[in-house]
Amino acid sequence: MNRVVVTGIGILSPLGNDKAAVAEGLRNGRSGIRRMAEWQKIKGLQSFVGGEVTGFDPQRIPRPARRTMGKLAIMATIASDDAVRDAGLAPEYLRSGRAGLSIGSTTGSPQSMSESFSDLALKGGIEGQMGTSFMKVMGHSAAANAAVHLGITGCVYSPTAACASSAQAIGLGYDLIRHGQQEVMICGGAEELHATTAGTFDIVHAASRAYNESPDKTPRPFDAARDGLAVSEGAAIMVLEDRERALSRNACIYAEILGFATCCDGAHIAMPSGEGMLRCMRSSLISAGLEPGDIDYINAHATGTQIGDATESQGIKEIFGGLVPVSSSKGHVGHTIGACGSMEAIFSILMMREGFLAPTLNLEHISEDCSGINHLQQTVTVQAGKILSNSFAFGGINASLILGNTGR
Amino acid sequence: MTREQLASEINAVLAAQFELKPESLQDPETKLNDDLGLDSLDAIDLVVTMEKKFGCRILEAEAREVRTLSQLYDCVHKAKSP
Repeated sequence: MNRVVVTGIGILSPLGNDKAAVAEGLRNGRSGIRRMAEWQKIKGLQSFVGGEVTGFDPQRIPRPARRTMGKLAIMATIASDDAVRDAGLAPEYLRSGRAGLSIGSTTGSPQSMSESFSDLALKGGIEGQMGTSFMKVMGHSAAANAAVHLGITGCVYSPTAACASSAQAIGLGYDLIRHGQQEVMICGGAEELHATTAGTFDIVHAASRAYNESPDKTPRPFDAARDGLAVSEGAAIMVLEDRERALSRNACIYAEILGFATCCDGAHIAMPSGEGMLRCMRSSLISAGLEPGDIDYINAHATGTQIGDATESQGIKEIFGGLVPVSSSKGHVGHTIGACGSMEAIFSILMMREGFLAPTLNLEHISEDCSGINHLQQTVTVQAGKILSNSFAFGGINASLILGNTGR
Repeated sequence: MTREQLASEINAVLAAQFELKPESLQDPETKLNDDLGLDSLDAIDLVVTMEKKFGCRILEAEAREVRTLSQLYDCVHKAKSP
């Protein structure tokens, strides 16, 4: 089996749009959540907090490519472009068939979906629909548009599993390189902030409502006063590469993908079983050939919901005990849903490289049902060598990724 | 609206929607595909945009024959005043 390393990173997030800004935000406990005043006009919605990505230039993408992109695909394409440049991959190589792409998202652009479907509903027909509309709406809009822009001729996949989408996208790329089917995979996910997404969680009482006037105080993963998640957006893309190839061209190696596992609870569509999370984390350790004691830090999925945070805490306690440091990055950036797996993997890599671990922002009083594990409540200076990153989605779909400070 | 006024409005729409420089739209014989780089997907959105902007219905068969700016002006003009 080939070893797989990370040689390029591109990120657009509520904390900033480059590695340095993101690392600074994590280290200094900066919140990317703001009040979404414009959502107040949405009838019935009670959650008005979200994490927005600003400060990037869509014009970086030439119009012929950009015309079929909503904000979702634009962010995915810019992050992919940044990751490829960071890795130093030439355009000719991307067209060689030896490089593929795997980018997941929950849906196509929700804003474009809203516009298209409201036209259809209001007018009762398709008159007035742009020919480019569907390319913004389709489920693989982020992957397809990024692939076209980069000229990818290898395999292109677009895993869709809500909160596990981009973790699965990385796992897919990892497997393809391990088995020698591709030398390079551009992997990750994207999500576009929209009131309908907040509404999806608000309807099932999983969105934060109590902190609309103090948005930087939510979400509060593992905290006794947590009241749900804050939806947010972004794109997080990494270049995965066959280690031998990366070494032969003296590429910068950020980290190594040591293991990956994904599985399903096969039980309830919205309630995590707990057993599935355990199975997934254990399988990822087996995949990496590691024992629980080898893990130096766990980047939890914990979004700030009552049941999800407690179930994950209990699972971590059962496998890893109470010593390994644990934090959730959702306190900083909210829940980037389709992008969270790859975004938090990138956060983990940045922290591993810069020798610190960020705490769970807003975790002030550890909830009793989340106790028994080593919650990080302040930034610590430590050289974590092996990190486990969890992503758990509706449908009981679990994904665990293990990253290592190795491969060089 | 005179044909010149219509041409001017169409050029403004083209410049905005397809991010074209106004100076590239000065010659009526400019070809939409060869000179401006608009392809078949753009052509569909162009028709939809013209119909919305000028409140008219452009026949598909007539739209297919449009190759130049001048032909576009004629096509929209005809659709506006059938």
